[in-house]
Amino acid sequence: MPRMSFAAAVEAALEKAMAEDERVITFGEDVTMLRRNLFVRFGPGRVRQTPISEAAFLYAGVGAAMAGMRPVVEIMMIDFIAVAFDGLLNAASKLKAFSGGKWNAPMVIRAGCGGWYGDGGQHEQSLWGILAGMPGVSVVVPSNPADAAGLMLSAINSDDPVVFLEHKFLADYWLDYLGGASRDGVSFDVPAAGAEGEVPQPLREVPMGAASVARRGGDITIVSLGVGLHRALEACETLAARGIQAEVIDLRTVAPMDRQTVTESARKTGKVLVVDEDYVGFGLSGEVAAVLAESGVSAGFARVCTEDVIPFARHLEERALPNVRRIIDAAEGLARMA
Amino acid sequence: MKPNFEQLYLQMARMRYFEEALAGLWHRGLAPGEMHLGVGEEAVVAGVLAHLQHGDALSLDHRSTPPLVARGVDMSSMILECIGDEAGLCGGQGGHMHLFSPEHLAGSSGIVGSSAPLAAGFGLAAQLMSPGKVAFAFFGDGAANQGMLLESFNLAATWKLPVVFVCKDNHWAITTRSRSVTGGCLRKRAASFGMPAAAVDGTRVEAVWRAAARAVARARAGRGPSFLLARCCRPEGHFLGDPLLRMFREPVKQVVEITPPIVRAMMSRPLGALVSRCGYLGRIGMVISRVGGQVYITDPDPLARAARLVGDEASRRLEDQARGEVERALEDALERREQHA
Repeated sequence: MPRMSFAAAVEAALEKAMAEDERVITFGEDVTMLRRNLFVRFGPGRVRQTPISEAAFLYAGVGAAMAGMRPVVEIMMIDFIAVAFDGLLNAASKLKAFSGGKWNAPMVIRAGCGGWYGDGGQHEQSLWGILAGMPGVSVVVPSNPADAAGLMLSAINSDDPVVFLEHKFLADYWLDYLGGASRDGVSFDVPAAGAEGEVPQPLREVPMGAASVARRGGDITIVSLGVGLHRALEACETLAARGIQAEVIDLRTVAPMDRQTVTESARKTGKVLVVDEDYVGFGLSGEVAAVLAESGVSAGFARVCTEDVIPFARHLEERALPNVRRIIDAAEGLARMA
Repeated sequence: MKPNFEQLYLQMARMRYFEEALAGLWHRGLAPGEMHLGVGEEAVVAGVLAHLQHGDALSLDHRSTPPLVARGVDMSSMILECIGDEAGLCGGQGGHMHLFSPEHLAGSSGIVGSSAPLAAGFGLAAQLMSPGKVAFAFFGDGAANQGMLLESFNLAATWKLPVVFVCKDNHWAITTRSRSVTGGCLRKRAASFGMPAAAVDGTRVEAVWRAAARAVARARAGRGPSFLLARCCRPEGHFLGDPLLRMFREPVKQVVEITPPIVRAMMSRPLGALVSRCGYLGRIGMVISRVGGQVYITDPDPLARAARLVGDEASRRLEDQARGEVERALEDALERREQHA
């Protein structure tokens, strides 16, 4: 299997979809620059520059999808979806229900997400909890190139709206595009195993709603995704040295959630730690707890999430996000519980 | 090309009788929730949609039933949907604000202003996959202050999308006078995005027809969007049971309910503010009297105007035809409802 960067894998998937199906188009801010390879291959009709008008162009994606296209709409950073929420919340997500199942909006909303690079709290959010809470929307958060390519193919082929979130530390061209990587003296803790890896050829779909087990262990279950998964895997090395073997589940898809993989592991270990870069309240971590409770699994539970507005200063930001230290502490505390 | 006045009048009559049937169902308590009628907009809808061809798309607001009637969507299914029956057009999931017909490429939304970006998307699909087809967006003057709508004007203009933006200007944004919350002139505002913008009397179907003909021709030719500002009226208020209109329709009840708390508000200390408070009360009174003046005195009925174009005999004949169609649809709907009740 060839090695590819996360970004190259996503682009390969999109290129394949666009080459095979002329209904697949992509548009968003700066795409002729960001997706220049696709632009050169497919031209300005199918790779479109938009004005900075997320409300209009995301909603236009809904209309285009309703009229038979398969648009991949880029919201540069998921934080910006705030100004475009109507098209997703009140149009795309509800169309299938509202039309009595007769009409659907097969669109992908693609956006960068996540922090760890000192960009402040309006550009570093994860927000998958808010997005996954809407009925009718799938939300995927891949953690490695193979999943990124496979989930992008699944997202494009889905008949319903899918939010595809690429973490800026995994699709790490973002750090370069945002100017951050072009200086000496600034370093980013990019998880190497997520930013580059083997990708099966030809590209294959990775089904949505299927988690994977990233590490086997019997003492504690860690549920995570995106960059959080890599932080958790890093923490596992320290935990193992201290005699704690963690099983790590990569959710890959927030909604629909793979309840079975989570509950099976929880039954085995009896202890679940959620590592989630999104906000702690009313989101993914609470959903995992609810899934366990509803399944009748009695398990110890803890979570390491983002608890407040994400600070700008790097040292404060590091403390606010689910860092390795916090994961080790929480996992140890949970593992030592009777 | 000349308008077919009889066909336009027939369409307008269908819409009017259909809206009256919905009003009847709402008053009988069969239709729950809000009910926004498109009475007063018939000339705008008929004049524009006379240019619609198969394959064109329709993006509608909360007054979506008249355009869907004109588009030929099954009236009986729409009635069932509006009374929340699972045999309705959308399985009882949508209701009158969320009506969808994929075979007609027609969809509506209850979020003010959202018909414009949806139409931009329809227009984008037409531009790429079926050149020559057009997307129509209907919205009100209140929606013209919504950000996503103005963004869509810009998007459609810069992408040269085949969209006809139709603003049904009834002068009201719910119960607020549009002029009091709208800066500048809507026609000039639209024109400033770089698209042709025309203002027409939306109670005269022939005027709407002519203006729409130019806009549609431009869109079909791939030259981009146009904007049509059609002044019309809203005799049934924002929704049935409109609080402003209730002042006139059941004045005694309203005065009895509203007066005591207003008097308390006026007389609360310090009493020195009484003069300015009288002024504020006067403003509310002005709004109410303006509604009354428009609905009961100055607003013309677009159907009465269109009737003159076809003559007495033809108008009666067409009205009978339209009334008969709507009555049959209503009977059919209620029968279907009975059957599985």
